[in-house]
Amino acid sequence: MTSALKIQDLRKVYGNGFEALKGISFEVQQGDFFALLGPNGAGKSTTLGIVSSLVNKTSGQVSVFGHDLDADSSAAKRELGVVPQEFNFNMFEKVKDIVTTQAGYYGIAAKEAAERADHYLEKLGLWEKRNDISRMLSGGMKRRLMIARALVHEPRLLILDEPTAGVDIELRRSMWEFLEEINAEGTSIILTTHYLEEAEQLCRNIAIIDHGEIIQNTSMSDLLAQLNTESFIMDIAPCLQAPPHLDGYKVSLETGQRLLVEVEKNKGMNPIFSQLAEQGVEVTSMRNKSNRLEELFVSLVDKNLK
Amino acid sequence: MSNKELWVAFMTIVSREIRRFTRIWGQTLLPPAITMTLYFIIFGNLIGSRIGEMGGFDYMEYIVPGLIMMSVITNSYSNVVSSFYSTKFQRHIEELLVSPVPNWVILSGYVVGGSVRGLGVGFIVTCLSLFFTDLQIHNLWVMVSVVLLTAILFSLGGFINAVFANSFDDVSIIPTFVLTPLTYLGGVFYSISLLPEFWQGVSQLNPILYMVNTFRYGILGVSDIDIVFAFSMIVGFILVLFAYSLHLLSSGRGIRH
Repeated sequence: MTSALKIQDLRKVYGNGFEALKGISFEVQQGDFFALLGPNGAGKSTTLGIVSSLVNKTSGQVSVFGHDLDADSSAAKRELGVVPQEFNFNMFEKVKDIVTTQAGYYGIAAKEAAERADHYLEKLGLWEKRNDISRMLSGGMKRRLMIARALVHEPRLLILDEPTAGVDIELRRSMWEFLEEINAEGTSIILTTHYLEEAEQLCRNIAIIDHGEIIQNTSMSDLLAQLNTESFIMDIAPCLQAPPHLDGYKVSLETGQRLLVEVEKNKGMNPIFSQLAEQGVEVTSMRNKSNRLEELFVSLVDKNLK
Repeated sequence: MSNKELWVAFMTIVSREIRRFTRIWGQTLLPPAITMTLYFIIFGNLIGSRIGEMGGFDYMEYIVPGLIMMSVITNSYSNVVSSFYSTKFQRHIEELLVSPVPNWVILSGYVVGGSVRGLGVGFIVTCLSLFFTDLQIHNLWVMVSVVLLTAILFSLGGFINAVFANSFDDVSIIPTFVLTPLTYLGGVFYSISLLPEFWQGVSQLNPILYMVNTFRYGILGVSDIDIVFAFSMIVGFILVLFAYSLHLLSSGRGIRH
């Protein structure tokens, strides 16, 4: 089966000599929900910029559903919908005009463009705002407008560059549901995000990029299996002056009523509770210190830095 | 893209451009109408009545073609330069760059949008001039074709200016310091035969002189220059600027990293 996106030996050297991409390669399969993660300045946006034809590459090959971006750019671009990180629509245009105009750029006639615009604006909860000037929308609405605009020509590959940045949690979750829905209907999705919980929940495969190189490219489940230790925060009673001794576990006292416990992958949790109970300490609540992907991400990027 | 899809994409750009300048008509259509009316009153009526004839015509009749052409030049240019620069500035040029629209369609859309504004303002100014003088048309074909070609040429000029512009200051530098002086010195208000021989020669280096005089020939039948040469020069400039604009678009100058 043809890949939704195939990147081979992609390099980008900017005019000032900075090498943003050092010959990266990866593939995104059809129907995948793929995370492209990395710290700020790692090369994510440059990669997506090249795929979206917004950045000129120095060398390498990009193909979208088998269409080479250089040799057959028109066909490649048709397959692609792009939701950029920053707002990039005309702030003085009406919401619906922005979506129908974008459809026009793909050769979709006015009547059909209007119908599709109505459909996607309704799906993304912007129907009532369709005649408003776009600059009057809230931040979350502007992000949804960019998603509607990216979908109006019904691409098979959707690129989302931090689509939920600055969006409140309720709206973020409704956007996740929408993205899962269109992915289930067959649209392949590439997502970059700084909310690693988002990537862990939505994505099946992942590439981590750092300093212009791919340092991990695997399935989400295989990546998470690499996590050797998880850190838990436990709220306890009564208040302690020193950390309790727990055989086989690394423990530190964050505050008098809060413990930080590191648990290795091959060890269970029960001994922690029983040993604490023996010492007269009750656990009132417990949570992960950070999400699992975040722990891995930090350790991988740190390792690469060293 | 099929021919039909290309047409839809082209018309989408053109109609977006027309929607833009008609939405802000108070900034785009009204000011030239007021300015040109003042020119007609002050230069045509008040001062013109004391000047007498120029090229065998009333001074008012003589300057009307030049003022119409001046409106077309200024408005075609400023429409494309401000529209394309603001598209870059607000980054919605990216909407076009991610789409499959070929560069020549993007360029043609902007040029036609700019030309429509230039010709629209030219039409408004022509209608206003009828309150001050009777217009006769000596050669309709020459009149229409030269105004159309001029609008296209200056739309292309505006496009190139916008590609290189890095700030709103850059958008106004060329119109203020190049276009306006060349237009004023391009025979709008006088015949170059009034100038000493040396300055007549210098004036012939000004491309706007050829456009103004060809248009004046279309209306009044008098010209300071050779019409065939003027047409060849305008078409030549259009071909060169169109090719250069396409090169700028495909290289991504000012619009892609």
